[in-house]
Amino acid sequence: MADKALEVQGLRKSFKDQEVLRGVDFEVGRGEIFALLGSNGAGKTTTINILATLLKADGGTAIVNGFDVASAPEKVRESISLTGQFAAVDDILTGRENLILIARLRNVSAPAQVADDLLARFGLAGAANKRAGAYSGGMKRRLDIAMSLVGAPAVIFLDEPTTGLDPEGRLEVWKTVRTLADGGTTILLTTQYLDEAEQLADRVAILHGGVIIANGTLDELKKLLPPAKVEYVEKQPTLEDVFLAITDDKGSGTLSCVHDKVPDPLSSVGSLLREGSDPDE
Amino acid sequence: MSKTIVLFGRLMRHILRSPDTIITVLLMPIAFMLLFVYVFGGALKGSLPAGTTYVNYLLPGILLIAIASGISYTAFRLFTDVQNGLFTRFNSMPISRSAMLWAHVLTSLVSNMISVVIIIAIALLMGFRSSASFLNWLAVIGILALFTLTLTWIAVIPGITAKSIDGASAFSYPIIFLPFLSSAFIPTATMPKVLRIFAENQPVTSIANTIRALLNSQPAGSSIWVALAWCVGIMIVAYLFAMRAYRAKI
Ligand SMILES: Nc1ncnc2c1ncn2[C@@H]1O[C@H](COP(=O)(O)OP(=O)(O)O)[C@@H](O)[C@H]1O
Ligand SMILES: [Mg+2]
Repeated sequence: MADKALEVQGLRKSFKDQEVLRGVDFEVGRGEIFALLGSNGAGKTTTINILATLLKADGGTAIVNGFDVASAPEKVRESISLTGQFAAVDDILTGRENLILIARLRNVSAPAQVADDLLARFGLAGAANKRAGAYSGGMKRRLDIAMSLVGAPAVIFLDEPTTGLDPEGRLEVWKTVRTLADGGTTILLTTQYLDEAEQLADRVAILHGGVIIANGTLDELKKLLPPAKVEYVEKQPTLEDVFLAITDDKGSGTLSCVHDKVPDPLSSVGSLLREGSDPDE
Repeated sequence: MSKTIVLFGRLMRHILRSPDTIITVLLMPIAFMLLFVYVFGGALKGSLPAGTTYVNYLLPGILLIAIASGISYTAFRLFTDVQNGLFTRFNSMPISRSAMLWAHVLTSLVSNMISVVIIIAIALLMGFRSSASFLNWLAVIGILALFTLTLTWIAVIPGITAKSIDGASAFSYPIIFLPFLSSAFIPTATMPKVLRIFAENQPVTSIANTIRALLNSQPAGSSIWVALAWCVGIMIVAYLFAMRAYRAKI
């Protein structure tokens, strides 16, 4: 079996006459956290849906865990788990029942045990017997991700796992994703946020104009920036900094980031993006 | 197959946890039955065939109404699963793509058969009596199940394609209304001509007449074949459209 968890080559997809993917190439190694970064409508969900066998590509190949999505979709579905852009949990069932349901559908032995372990791991043990419909956005998202872990799939797709969450929920999910990574699972996540990619990913690819315009580790991406970019401006506190500072009950060190004088290289990657770089590089 | 059963168990749990579903599905037909039997029953007695009690005459129509209103929840449950992403989640899992759809169909069949049994029990309390043999009862259950399946496949179409909850359940209103324009509540003989022609040639009349004949141990004549032809014909067409909508979605 290949040492790559994902191999995507020349992936193309159009909706009617709108060309969304125009030859997307990337590879993800086993156990890697890979972030697909792109603005709204860039084609991130389309890419993930093709890899998760929910959508057929018009051209190119996609190999997931050694299986071709076009010729062996069942094998691909056995290898993956998808956490879609919007939390997909059963609101009428409790958190525990949701997990047991997925465990039984995946033929996992001891479904109740698996559910209880995951509830504890995701800090949901206290809400285990509450209906998922009554969960907060962050809790729902954590349950959603926990459901994707049932049966320990080799590859996990997380489509914009923090979009629509408040800052606190966002941090909860970040913590969750880091825990996943420690378990050696391959993760492909998409995001619109540079800082999210920076926080979570080993490698980042930027999807823009239907192609990958940059792909590498964070350090490699930072090297793409023109060196003259170093400026020292006092960073204004964002709403998020303020929110976190006043809601953090430990209160230690959180405020320091407000007066952070270090330049933020990733937001410069953003300006690179906006200038519309050559798609070939 | 075992996955279909797991998903079926999930949907039955949904039904047990939504009292409003149970109340709407059971209460409306039971209220109609009480109303017709105790309020209109006396006045209608004259137009019934000799020796027939009104509750005996009425029951088949009430059962059809119960199924027609139960079916709107089939569309509603499917719609909800599509909307909140569970449909997509299950489709990305290693389970057969049809398991989800069959679980909904099975849930529809079982839940409607349960309400049929409850309504027959209440009819018995209200004086309904049947001389039907075991075989006749089997035939009655078979026709009601076929009617349920036919409406279920119709319900799948809006369940998958609707853009709003109202859109998903609105299709059932004309179906619930159909028994009123049939022989289900009163014999068609006294209806104005245009209405009578419609009533005598729409599916519910032949289905209600067949069930009534079977329950009263009378010969069903050709109405049983007309009823079966209607159900099977509509079911095949609805099934084809439903499957097309389903494949377009996955
Ligand atoms: N099923 C579809 N039919 C038509 N257009 C679609 C469909 N899905 C996505 N699109 C279009 O494709 C583009 C990329 O969408 P998407 O992959 O969802 O982007 P992202 O997830 O990066 O925000 C958008 O312009 C969107 O409108
Ligand atoms: Mg998206």
